[in-house]
Amino acid sequence: MSITKDTVKKISKLSRIASNEKFEENMIKDLNSILKFVEQLNEVKIENIEPLASTVDQELIKRDDKVNLMNGKKDILSNSPADNENFYVVPKVIE
Amino acid sequence: MSEIYKLTLCQIIEKIKSKEISCEEVTKSFVDRAVKSKKLNCYIENTFDQALTKSKDQDKKLESDKKLFGAPIAVKDLFCTKGVQTTASSKMLEGFKPEYESTVTSKIWNEGANLLGKLNCDEYAMGSSNETSHFGNVINPYKNNKDLVPGGSSGGSASAVAAYLTSATVGTDTGGSIRQPASFTGTVGLKPTYGRCSRWGIVAFASSLDQAGPMTKDVKDSALLLEVIAGHDNKDSTSAQNKVEPFSQNLKKDIKGLKIGIPKEYKIDGISKEILNLWEKGVEVLKSLGCEVKEISLPHTKYALPTYYIIAPAEASSNLARYDGVRYGFRAEGKDLIEMYENTRSLGFGDEVKRRILIGTYVLSSGYYDAYYLKAQKVRRLIKNDFDEAFKKVDTILTPTTPSSAFAIGENIDDPIAMYLNDVLTVPANLAGLPAISIPAGYDQNNLPLGLQLIGKPFDEQTVLNNAFAIEQSINFNSNFKDWWM
Amino acid sequence: MSEKQFDYYLKGEKGEYEVIIGLEVHAQVSSEAKLFSSSATKFGSEPNSQVSLVDAAMPGMLPVINKFCIEQAIKTGLGLNAKINSFSKFDRKNYFYADLPQGYQISQFKHPIVGEGKVILDMPYGTKEVGIERLHLEQDAGKSMHDQDPNNSFVDLNRSGIALMEIVSKPDLRSPSEVGEYIKKLRSIMRYLNTCDGNMEQGSLRADVNVSVRKKGSKEFGTRCEIKNVNSIKFMQQAIDFEARRQIEVIEDGKSIDQETRLFDTKKQETRSMRSKEDAHDYRYFPDPDLLPLQLEESYIENLKKDLPELPDQKKQRLISEFKLSSYEASVIISDQAVSSYYEEVAKNSDYKLAATWLMGELFATLNKEGKEISQSPVSAKNLAKMINLIKDGTISGKIAKTVFEEMVKQDADPGKIVEEKGLKQTSDPKEIEKIIDKILSSNQDKVEQYKSGKDKLFGFFVGQVMKEMKGKGNPGMINDILKNKLK
Repeated sequence: MSITKDTVKKISKLSRIASNEKFEENMIKDLNSILKFVEQLNEVKIENIEPLASTVDQELIKRDDKVNLMNGKKDILSNSPADNENFYVVPKVIE
Repeated sequence: MSEIYKLTLCQIIEKIKSKEISCEEVTKSFVDRAVKSKKLNCYIENTFDQALTKSKDQDKKLESDKKLFGAPIAVKDLFCTKGVQTTASSKMLEGFKPEYESTVTSKIWNEGANLLGKLNCDEYAMGSSNETSHFGNVINPYKNNKDLVPGGSSGGSASAVAAYLTSATVGTDTGGSIRQPASFTGTVGLKPTYGRCSRWGIVAFASSLDQAGPMTKDVKDSALLLEVIAGHDNKDSTSAQNKVEPFSQNLKKDIKGLKIGIPKEYKIDGISKEILNLWEKGVEVLKSLGCEVKEISLPHTKYALPTYYIIAPAEASSNLARYDGVRYGFRAEGKDLIEMYENTRSLGFGDEVKRRILIGTYVLSSGYYDAYYLKAQKVRRLIKNDFDEAFKKVDTILTPTTPSSAFAIGENIDDPIAMYLNDVLTVPANLAGLPAISIPAGYDQNNLPLGLQLIGKPFDEQTVLNNAFAIEQSINFNSNFKDWWM
Repeated sequence: MSEKQFDYYLKGEKGEYEVIIGLEVHAQVSSEAKLFSSSATKFGSEPNSQVSLVDAAMPGMLPVINKFCIEQAIKTGLGLNAKINSFSKFDRKNYFYADLPQGYQISQFKHPIVGEGKVILDMPYGTKEVGIERLHLEQDAGKSMHDQDPNNSFVDLNRSGIALMEIVSKPDLRSPSEVGEYIKKLRSIMRYLNTCDGNMEQGSLRADVNVSVRKKGSKEFGTRCEIKNVNSIKFMQQAIDFEARRQIEVIEDGKSIDQETRLFDTKKQETRSMRSKEDAHDYRYFPDPDLLPLQLEESYIENLKKDLPELPDQKKQRLISEFKLSSYEASVIISDQAVSSYYEEVAKNSDYKLAATWLMGELFATLNKEGKEISQSPVSAKNLAKMINLIKDGTISGKIAKTVFEEMVKQDADPGKIVEEKGLKQTSDPKEIEKIIDKILSSNQDKVEQYKSGKDKLFGFFVGQVMKEMKGKGNPGMINDILKNKLK
């Protein structure tokens, strides 16, 4: 499989990274060489092998249903680039 | 006392507790040296003044039960530190001051250490040379005509420990980010078992691989720092419930009878002759210490790096989605929400980060998931199985840490694959979640340090540390760079 | 009731169409804290006042699951007669939106906590089984507001991270009324279980509605459209009706339906395409590496099953057998747990048949008129039971009871006292009744003659006259009996 300009456009869009001609050209080259490298895995026999998502072998940790709000609005909004009356403010969302 | 900064962490704490030296003297010694070492570009942010003030207070009341009392410690800028800028070396987080402290660093401060500053690293820990940092590359105190990289991603941490700009530090290791720079700078770096140290409050790169660990001058320091930062944390669902032993107290160099495996597949193409010789030297040392050394096979070693370069970017592409300019960090203008996102992420992330986000997005996207991501997870299982088999026969595994010594700045920057190959020997331990340490073991012909790696069974850091300690005591490595930058 | 036939077929120019509907219901789990963080779930708080570092997706923050939310999902699954999966997993659903701080939603994709189940609906044409495909746990998003400012949107993350159960039905529903009954049934089951308050105005229950149409009798499914996020039964029904008719028109024009996401405009009462959602969504699901698989012990599930309260269907069967209610009466009474508790209290302390009649008649009418829930009923179950007992023991007649009931609505007083104070007690003394009957008969000799010569209808006239003379307080049974005797 190989990555074309359209693929770069599509995955840039999905990743919300602005793309342009030059960016696309560089990425086509880099991404294809990475892809070629990882495609070595095609040599491996993987029939009947269970995928491994985590090496941790224990029960899922659970919390009690208790409200413990350590964070005030200040903690949540102190680093925000734009806020107003305790709301985060973003450029208009166009539906 | 002159050159306090050359003392190990354990020595410093001992001397503070015996009142041979004061906390203030110690802090001042590192601060003075760090101030004179700006050229190495290790620090992104310093808290020298606060550290000095705290050390003065500490001198008024000695708390001898605290394991790190009075130690000035700078940390990789991936750990969130309350009220102190935390950037992950990215423009995206420039100016970001967390309202919280990571679990690992909290544990360090609770034992009486003081934050000295935040250390440079590759952007979002993505890199093997510290050249992807938004705040510029870090320089290795070892020099070979040209300026050299310190390795990465914890390059600022490695250079800072090697050049005596901090008493010790903590880094993070996703594919070798602690061990490779330790090897390049003649220092000790330990990646614990996955789950040993809480990931809470550490800027995430690849969640199933990331692990924090000590970077120190010697093995004993690593043992001490590990026993401080390890332990279960109920804020991290993947944090292990295993008991934490007093690693530094238990440390012993008698490793007679220990079974050590030498994986034949690690003799990869392109590995330097000098490194193979060093490895051989390691084997001889172990034999002389009464260990049983045997060749083992880890058949899927070759596939570890390709597997890693699917899994790590996939997780990263999702972990980095939160950097969208809405709630914190950098925001670029845009006429609507989507344009704001795209401009923010295009200008806020550097090229390597973008490459990995795009590859990660690609391998997870519809139609490609099975061919890449799912397959990689299956191969990951095979790699872990290899280790499980090997550890039925041996207690630890000895390998070189890196296929080469430190390289010149700019040398690999245009070839992602050449850069990725730096991690070929370190990545398998991340994929299998195993503890692994790099210790300095000698120099190459250019007088650059080289490291050996020991990989252990899950949660058996003690054996790994004992083994490393024994080698360290036999080899007696001494750093030999000149303070050329001062 | 089963004389009635299912008849929701839509007529096009070229024949009749059947409408196929499947629902993805999002039900907010009743819990104190959020699914993966410890901030509160309270509705209507100040913006961004119930947001933890985890909910705001600050760097390095990690999810830890709320065990009560797991329990709630399992209970709901059991209430839907569904299979509980002892192994389930959490996945990330990746997409960007201003009110989705992580840039992904933690959900369950391949391995949901609850598998297949079923829900039974009582329709006028008989019972109808609706298959449940699955139920999974996921995080809710925050809220974006677009009206405050011409150039900006405002984001509140209070809802971000609240636990939702997504309940996916099979495409088994065939009409807006079936959809209405289905939602009501789900809501009633969850309310009995206390797993979701079902409050649609506050957004605790909302649904994505999948609609397609096919020619009546056809076995194949048509292409479906998904109407997003509809938050009332009425709107769901209107949206389905509109959408089905739209699809029929498209098909009859010889065009084909695009599989797409649509939005229901409640003002214009029409659905329209959400083009922005269409630009090649690719959610890139993968297992969340911050969480481990959720494994449930058989014994844990068994214990939850044992402690399950009586559910609507079981209660209905019990009411039918215990109180001899009709299937219709029982299903009305059980649809709301509070109503059924009220009924049982009245029935157990008086007469179960009369209890049903009065509850579904006078009391429902009163509540309806006053816009009240049963929990706010002006007449307590205790007093209604007392009133019914007064009817039963002959103290008051059914007719007088209405007057008493009206008094009770005004002031929830003991009906016995009302009867006493207002002098409404029924006269059941045969001698007194006989006296009055004699009086009426003697002053209406002509009518008596007519009656005796065959004009039976006049019997009612006599009863009326006697009642009138007794100011409505005569025992109607006795008046009847004595009058019949006298007129022989």
